[in-house]
Order: sequence, then structure tokens, then C-alpha cells
Amino acid sequence: MFANYIKIAWKVLLRNPFYTFITLFGISLTLTVIMVLTSFIDHMIGSNYPEVNRSRSLYISFLARRDSVNTGMMRGPMTFQFLSDHVKTLKSAEKVSIFSFFSSSNAYAGSKKINLQIKYTDSEFWEIMKFDFLEGKPYSDAEIRGSQHVAVITHTLKQQYFQDKDEAAIGKTIEIEGIGYRVIGVVKGSPVTRIYTAADVYFPYTAPKSGYDQKGLNGRFVAVAMSADKQSLKAMNDEFQARISQIPPDVDGRKFTSLEVPSQTFTDIFLSTVSQMGPNGKTIFYAAVAFILLMILGLPAVNLVNVNVSRIFDRASEIAVRKAFGAPVNTLLWQFLVENIFITLIGSGIALLLTFGIISWVNASDWIAHLDLTVNLNVFLISMLVTLFFGLLSGVLPAYRMSRLKVTDALKA
Amino acid sequence: MIRLQQVEKVYRTSTIETLALNNINIQIEKGEFVSVMGPSGCGKSTLLNLMGLLDEPSAGDITIDGTSVRNYSDKALARLRNQKLGFIFQSFHLINDLSVLDNVEIPLLYRSGSNAERRRLAKDALEKVGLSNRMNHFPTQLSGGQKQRVAIARAIVGRPEIILADEPTGNLDSVMGNEILDILQKLNQDGTTIVMVTHDESMAKRTHRLIRLFDGTQVL
Repeated sequence: MFANYIKIAWKVLLRNPFYTFITLFGISLTLTVIMVLTSFIDHMIGSNYPEVNRSRSLYISFLARRDSVNTGMMRGPMTFQFLSDHVKTLKSAEKVSIFSFFSSSNAYAGSKKINLQIKYTDSEFWEIMKFDFLEGKPYSDAEIRGSQHVAVITHTLKQQYFQDKDEAAIGKTIEIEGIGYRVIGVVKGSPVTRIYTAADVYFPYTAPKSGYDQKGLNGRFVAVAMSADKQSLKAMNDEFQARISQIPPDVDGRKFTSLEVPSQTFTDIFLSTVSQMGPNGKTIFYAAVAFILLMILGLPAVNLVNVNVSRIFDRASEIAVRKAFGAPVNTLLWQFLVENIFITLIGSGIALLLTFGIISWVNASDWIAHLDLTVNLNVFLISMLVTLFFGLLSGVLPAYRMSRLKVTDALKA
Repeated sequence: MIRLQQVEKVYRTSTIETLALNNINIQIEKGEFVSVMGPSGCGKSTLLNLMGLLDEPSAGDITIDGTSVRNYSDKALARLRNQKLGFIFQSFHLINDLSVLDNVEIPLLYRSGSNAERRRLAKDALEKVGLSNRMNHFPTQLSGGQKQRVAIARAIVGRPEIILADEPTGNLDSVMGNEILDILQKLNQDGTTIVMVTHDESMAKRTHRLIRLFDGTQVL
């Protein structure tokens, strides 16, 4: 029976090429928008290169203190010392890395100025963040402790900085702000959209100007604590928050009455802007998202509904025959839904090809450095779910109208 | 087998009410070949639609094998049509997008059975109407007579007890029309009950019994 439905759906598509073009154009354009958007969202919050352990990591990115009347607030990254004392020592964490957010600097290749983003990290950074080393290796604890002037650079910087692009960069010196650093590793870069890993040069935290020996609470470092698995995240969070609750807000003599150091999953950080909006803000945000989705999905679906409904009479004879020979209303309803989903699936196939084309173009365009949009399993599954939803949304009403057609009227048509 | 008691059919619109059938009492016995005649618009097709459970009477009762279908659900009516009835239409109503074999298979899609079994039964039915060499053709590639033979194969593939034919020869020339009637007669001789609407007296003469309608009323 299923093959019969598909056969009919295929023939209906071939019957009127212009209608088919309009239908598939609408479906594939809509689904392309959804797929590219999904790919962007996955790029932003998924566990992607080099942050492949995001799903089992907690990000500790700021410390906030407030006074009793909420007029004074201090909020920002922390000192290396603070994170060493309170995060590095977590018993429930498998690994903890302390590193700085990226900061800007310059280097000169001959007379050409290169704008750089630099980052100071510990050695565990390279164990949690799975960079591809194209050359060499990361710096070790011994090199960090010895305050050696070593650096890991991205492949892009290597190409910009060194004359001979094909020759190995390992052992060569890169001069940044008047200090020479020996290149010990070359990695495939992380896109700037992944702010915890993006940089052009990575230095040991003991490198000059890192500020790792700063005292107090607020500094320039953040931490990522990785648990053994996703299930252990809560225990790790609880342990960390228990420790934080022990720290007096006025520990450094300043008149603060509350101290907060959130330990969040990456998705929580991504959504924290929303969570800070308050109940009304959240409602408005989710309503806006729902409205945009409805516009993207709903309008083409309504259009498809109209096209389908107006074509019911093309198929009146078929509906009448099927009913006369024993097809119950539900079976017909199902048939037309299957047909619509089949057409939508063809549209999604085209959309998939278009999406591959668009994201390849965006990735190659240098619009965002090291951008690596992909259609991975998550993106594919979400897109299929949306496709199915779209197929049902645009198919239910026409199918219902078709299945309700009176046989005697349909036979006269 | 089929019994209509005091059946009435009224078509209503917001401005007009048309009495299509009035006080119809008909009994069709098992194995009969009955023709229904009358001028255009006298209610022949309406009568056939009611017998085929494709429409509901405005009043009166229809029984199939002694059971009233008055309170049957859409699903139950569909099952009854699928099991007991076969239809042949004047304008064939074949699905042009499907091959001859796929068209013939349609009634079997709404029953249990394997794909292979459906194919076998459809081929058997096409063989009975002499079209086994055209099973992979499409309706648009066939002549009028061939199309009606496909329609007959579709009507008999599920081995229904009753065939309802609405002017099956109406769109065919006399030679083709006679061929179609030969096939129907053969089916009737094999035990199938047939009710046929026709305009053609010569065709009606070849049936067992004639029901004549005039202005929605049974006159014979």
C-alpha cells in the first residue's frame, strides 16, 4: 500500500512540473533556512572542535560581588590564584584548566602588521580542548614552571608570519611585543565564535604580561572543569558551589555582602542572557522565537496548504474510486499525509544540498575565521524533525478536505 | 441480497429541494442480473449510489444480506463495500497515474494480504477480461473498450458478490458494448449478482429483470 502511495505521489509531481517547481521551491527554501540556522546554533552551542567535551564541562567565567543595597557591583574574570585554590582542587573534577580570555596584540612579518589574539593557558587546557596539532605538541608543565618562552600558534598565523609557508614552524621564533617565543606547536584554529578557545597564539600562563601572579579575587582568568561524564556534572557543581558559599564576600576587606561564582554548562551560558531577562523578558523572548519560527515555517506551510487544497479536484476521481472500493476516511487521510511528507522529504533532500552549498561557501568566505559549520547528525535529525512537522502542518488540512469529499460529488467531477 | 424499503432521496440546497427518488421498494436476489432504465435525470445513478452505499437515503431503509446499514459507521460501510461490492462507472474512473495492474489492485489495498498475493489476484482478474498483455500499460494508452475491461477487472478482483455498473457501455460503440456485456453475463453465470444502469434497450433485454424509473418513482 505504501509503495502505491509513493508511486501516486511521484506521478502527481511529474504531472504538473510548474506546480511541482513552486511546491518544491517553497519547501526547499524554507528547510534550507531552518537547516542553516540549525547548523549555526549547533556551531554555537554544540560540542564541536576543539571544545568536544562541552557536554561534560562546567564553565566558571566570572565572579560577581554586590553590596547590601545593590548599588555597587564588581563582576569579571578571576585571578589565577583564586581559580587554583577553588577550582583546580575540586575532587569531583576529572580535569580542570585555567586560562585567560583572548586579548589583542600585534606582530610584524617584515613590514606587515598582524593583529593577533593571544591566550594564556595551563597544560590541561590542551587535554580538555582537543586541538588538532598539525605540527609539534603543546607545552608541558615543566616548560610552564620554567617560564620558558614558548608558544603554540595557529596554522593561519604560521602562514601569515613565516615566509616559507611549507616549511615546518617548529623551533622557529615568533616575536610578539618585542619578546621572542619559540614555536613548539601549530594547531588548526578555533573559530572566534568559540571564545573559550579562539586565539592566534597560546602562551603558557607563566609567560610575560599574563598577570597570573595577580592577587585578590578578580583578574583575567577563567576555568573549565571537566567531569568524568555528563551525569557527574551536578555533583561537581554542588561541590564547587559549596566551596564558594564558604568564601566571605568581604574577604579582601571590600564592603560586599554577596559573592557569586556561577559554574554553568556552555548551553546555560548561552541562554543566560535570556535567564537574566526576568519572567516577562523570558516570555517576550520565547514568544519572539516562536513568532519567527512560525513565520519561517508557517507562511510557506499555509501557502502549500492553499496550493494543495486548490488541487483537490484534480484528484476527485481517484478519491471517489478509492472510497468506493473500500478506503475508509482515515486511510485516505493517511495516504495524503504520506504523500505530502514524501514531497516534503524530496524538498528536504534539495534543502540539504543547498545547505551544504551555503555552509561550504560561508566556511570558505573568511567571514568568520576558522568557521566550521557542518550538517552533522544533530543538525540532520533536527532538520528531519522539522521536515516531518512541516509535512504534517501543510498536509493535514488538504488531506482532511480530500478525505471528506463525497464520493457521489467526486464521481461527477 | 439487497433490499430497499420505502427509500427516498431528497437533495436540498438553501433555495431548492429536489426529490430524486420517491418510495422505492426493490429487492435484488442473489445471482440476479438486473437492469435499471429510465430517462436522464430520473434517479438511476442515485439509486445505484444508494445500493452501493456511496450515499445515504433521506428516508427508508437499505439492507444487505438482511442487515440494515442505517447505523453503520464510515469505516463499517467502507468495509462492506470492499468485501461485497464492485463498481463499474460509465467514464471508467481509472487512475491515469497508475499502471493497469496497479489500478486493478486498488480494492485489495484495503484488505489484508501480501503484495505478491495482490499481484496474483490482479493478474487473474486481468486475464479474465482478456487484458493480461496490457498490465504494465497506463490507462491513457488504452482504447475505451480496454479501459472498461480494466474497470471490470478492478470490480471483480476482490471477488465481490454484487457488481453495480453505471452505464458501463455508455461511452462505447456497439461492438465494444456487446463485448463488455458478454463479460458481465459470464460473471453473472459464474454467480455474481449484477445491477446495471443502462439507456440501451438491447442491453437491458440481455438481463434477467428490468427496473424502470420515471421522475424518481419506480414504474416497473
